[in-house]
Amino acid sequence: MIRVVLPSHLRTLATVDGEVTLDVADPVTQRSVLDALETRYPVLRGTIRDHVTQQRRAFLRVFACGQDLSHESPDTPLPDAVATGAEPLLVVGAMAGG
Amino acid sequence: MSGIRLLVGTRKGAFVLTSDGRRARWDISGPHFGGWEIYHLKGSPADPNRLFASQSSGWFGQVIQRSNDGGRTWAPVGNAFVYDGVPGTHLWYDGTPHPWEFARVWHLEPSLTDPDTVYAGVEDAALFRSTDGGQTWQELPGLRRHDSASSWQPGAGGMCLHTILLDPSHPGRICIAISAAGAFRTDDAGTTWRPINRGLKSDGIPNPTAEVGHCVHRIAMHRSRPGVLFMQKHWDVMRSDDAGESWREVSGNLPTDFGFPIDVHAHEPETIYVVPIKSDSEHYPPDGRLRVYRSRTGGHEWEALTKGLPQRHCYVNVLRDAMAVDSLDPCGVYFGTTGGQVYASADAGDSWAPIVRDLPSVVSVEVQTLP
Repeated sequence: MIRVVLPSHLRTLATVDGEVTLDVADPVTQRSVLDALETRYPVLRGTIRDHVTQQRRAFLRVFACGQDLSHESPDTPLPDAVATGAEPLLVVGAMAGG
Repeated sequence: MSGIRLLVGTRKGAFVLTSDGRRARWDISGPHFGGWEIYHLKGSPADPNRLFASQSSGWFGQVIQRSNDGGRTWAPVGNAFVYDGVPGTHLWYDGTPHPWEFARVWHLEPSLTDPDTVYAGVEDAALFRSTDGGQTWQELPGLRRHDSASSWQPGAGGMCLHTILLDPSHPGRICIAISAAGAFRTDDAGTTWRPINRGLKSDGIPNPTAEVGHCVHRIAMHRSRPGVLFMQKHWDVMRSDDAGESWREVSGNLPTDFGFPIDVHAHEPETIYVVPIKSDSEHYPPDGRLRVYRSRTGGHEWEALTKGLPQRHCYVNVLRDAMAVDSLDPCGVYFGTTGGQVYASADAGDSWAPIVRDLPSVVSVEVQTLP
């Protein structure tokens, strides 16, 4: 079971509290996790990745296990701790703005 | 008794303000979608309880919300605004080609007759339409494929399609405006478009009378007379009596002919309203005095409306989509400011009072007159 922590505005949009847990088939990658997340919560399509290019939106980052994974390939396997559910994948909004 | 529902979009959420027909006491609900920019909300003329809202954020992009109960509850609908085909390029601020990139929905215009049909004007400029209540969106690509499109440039706020006028007497006729390309019209429901900027003069572009390139801020019309259009341009207040085929200036005695909104009285098609703003770059009322100007002669002759509006130390702006009129008698006029005030007049502008003073910066104001 994969654990995902969303920023508060996306939790509100998806009407979820706390972490989201997802069943994701191997290999567990950013792409496969986000695909599963958007399948469960279609309202999140376009809010983390662009509808067409599937590029991560510029003011969002992806962290896990104390690392910034934002610039990894979306098809790079995520750390084992994420794949086993020991650690969550964090979708983080940039702390900026007025 | 009739009721009034004001739909107020702000930089940090949406607010719904309601009153009875006296328009003296108001209930305020919100913020809805707190923390998000709400560029525009508008109700369907065919079903006033159906509302659409454009919710966006620099972090999370575009969301469209829909209410089927007059704004008490909302649910997100479709947010995929995908340009038809290869989007191509327009000109960037520095004059170099720049790919068309979707940024946000500036304006939502529900169909006059079908509550499931709604148009969206977006940045970078294009017109989209949904016929399923906002679940899916399709571009009307003929506009963006106009021969001039590769030469369009953004205004300071982005290359936005901000005005959509649906002609009630010609179902296929739509007028739109883009900053800073100008006004365009289709007579075949969006298949083909042509610029309608003859008579406009803009000293800030290489050819001041060019066919496109004008920074049109807003266009308004009266439903009973859709061939008459009133325009607030970056500079100049303009009028067309032939559905945009030609324009003439009607700035007259305005203290400055710069401004953003323009609107028409609900029952007097020759009575129009503007909010003169000092420019370039200051973008606040001249002399710190917030004045709405009214012309009862379709332009040229203007009177300042000041009763109840701050006449000293006022340095707010009124944005292009932030003025609206109701259809009661006497006509109500409303506008919101970048300082968070929403002002109302229940006597066609003769006197004003704030409904609320401390909202986030107001981007848009729409009004619904309810039975």
